[in-house]
Amino acid sequence: MVKLEVKIPQKREDLPITPLSVPMIGSMGKTGEWRTFKPVIDYSKCTRCLFCWIFCPEGCIERQEDDSPKIDYEYCKGCGICANECPTKAITMKREEED
Amino acid sequence: MAKVIIDTANHIAAYAAKAARVQVVAAYPITPQTTVVEKIAEFVESGEMDADYIRVESEHSAMAACVGAEAAGVRAFTATSAHGLALMHEVLHWAAGSRLPIVMAVINRAMGAPWSIWPDYSDSLSQRDTGWLQFYCADNQEVFDTIIQAYKICEDKRVLLPAMVCSEGFILSHTAMPVKIPDQEEIDDFLPPYEPGWVLDVDNPFSHAPLVSPEWYMEFRYMIQQAMENSKKIIEEVDKEYGERFGFRHGGLVDRYRCEDAELVLVTMGTMGAEAKISVDNLRQEGYKVGLARVRAFRPFPKEVFRELAETARMFTAIDRHVSFGFEGFLFSEIKASLYPRQITGDPPLISGFLAGIGGRDVTFRDIEKIAKKSWNWMEKGKIEKEIVWWKLRD
Ligand code: SF4
Ligand code: SF4
Repeated sequence: MVKLEVKIPQKREDLPITPLSVPMIGSMGKTGEWRTFKPVIDYSKCTRCLFCWIFCPEGCIERQEDDSPKIDYEYCKGCGICANECPTKAITMKREEED
Repeated sequence: MAKVIIDTANHIAAYAAKAARVQVVAAYPITPQTTVVEKIAEFVESGEMDADYIRVESEHSAMAACVGAEAAGVRAFTATSAHGLALMHEVLHWAAGSRLPIVMAVINRAMGAPWSIWPDYSDSLSQRDTGWLQFYCADNQEVFDTIIQAYKICEDKRVLLPAMVCSEGFILSHTAMPVKIPDQEEIDDFLPPYEPGWVLDVDNPFSHAPLVSPEWYMEFRYMIQQAMENSKKIIEEVDKEYGERFGFRHGGLVDRYRCEDAELVLVTMGTMGAEAKISVDNLRQEGYKVGLARVRAFRPFPKEVFRELAETARMFTAIDRHVSFGFEGFLFSEIKASLYPRQITGDPPLISGFLAGIGGRDVTFRDIEKIAKKSWNWMEKGKIEKEIVWWKLRD
């Protein structure tokens, strides 16, 4: 069994024979830079149902101690799925430049 | 004790998969391949072969199942022909790029349209650039031996690429011949269990073949090319070792027959190569110094062997069972490309190309003798009178 060593290649000799990727944060870089619209949570409307946490395809919503969601903007691509799924309309998609 | 059985090349391919202790077989029927996986089904059902037999809904899935099996660290096998191979095309790239040493029997059949069930190499040669090694067999014994050898070659850490073991439909697939099957212990000793280059592991999760940016993609392709180059030496080594252990040598990369002093070397593959040996013997009796280079490995292409043969040969004649539309026969192209350095130094042998046996049209030793005599005549004149000849094309 090959034990995978996680390292970012610098030269050709560092590469495995075929590309293998282990789960890790940001293997494709800071995908938050791709965003046009930014999801903003209005915590006064949030019921902590965690739909957004389940549906986020990027896994970039963190479930905090008190079950409230927190978005990691370094990796949130701004797809808007969380806003669409939120039953209380607590998440609004705002144009990046509006902030 | 080794035993001799009389059976068709398709059944022999099944015996080889069993002898190689293949653990997963993906099966989908297509003429003329079907009896390969039917025979394996019998072996698995009777308990003679300990393998998971996966009945899939298409050849695309058959190859995907083999990719999955090898990625999980076990030896996989499948067989196909013509349109089935074409449907696998996408997954063939995935198998090679993921460096999984799958071995597949390809029972060559001409591609439609028009519909045909008879053999030529239009199916496997269309897959030339997928990163698979390609072997071509001339008889049933060679089918058995090459499948066993292919696992050894492909699983070598210096290679780790998949291979097709090709044989012509009906000419071999449904023709019974005596074949020597070595002792299982001896085969086990020659071919130890598969040691994967990497393996999926639930305790150590990762995904394979993810997105690779232009910064690194080229390096992975370079490594496949290196592995192909490495395999040339390993094909020769394995042929030698197999010969020493089991008594059969088929020639490694190229089966060279009476080439030592040959002025004209015929170049072909598969059963036309078996037929050409008879032609060479007959022509020699008539005083023609003719030899035969039967290409066993089309990928990697043994260009070095042709450069060596060109030291003594005055002319090469390629006899191709497939045409690359818009250009010419594959062997004809490859030989010319291989000998390019001699073209620049101004000492090229003459090279002529014949297209024969396309769509299963019979090519006998007499045809090959006629092709050789025509070539000999051009060699004497120092001039190829017709660059590409479609042999026995109707008026
Ligand atoms: S916008 Fe998309 S990526 Fe960003 S937090 Fe919502 S669901 Fe996740
Ligand atoms: S889906 Fe809406 S209400 Fe539910 S946790 Fe997320 S933000 Fe709060």
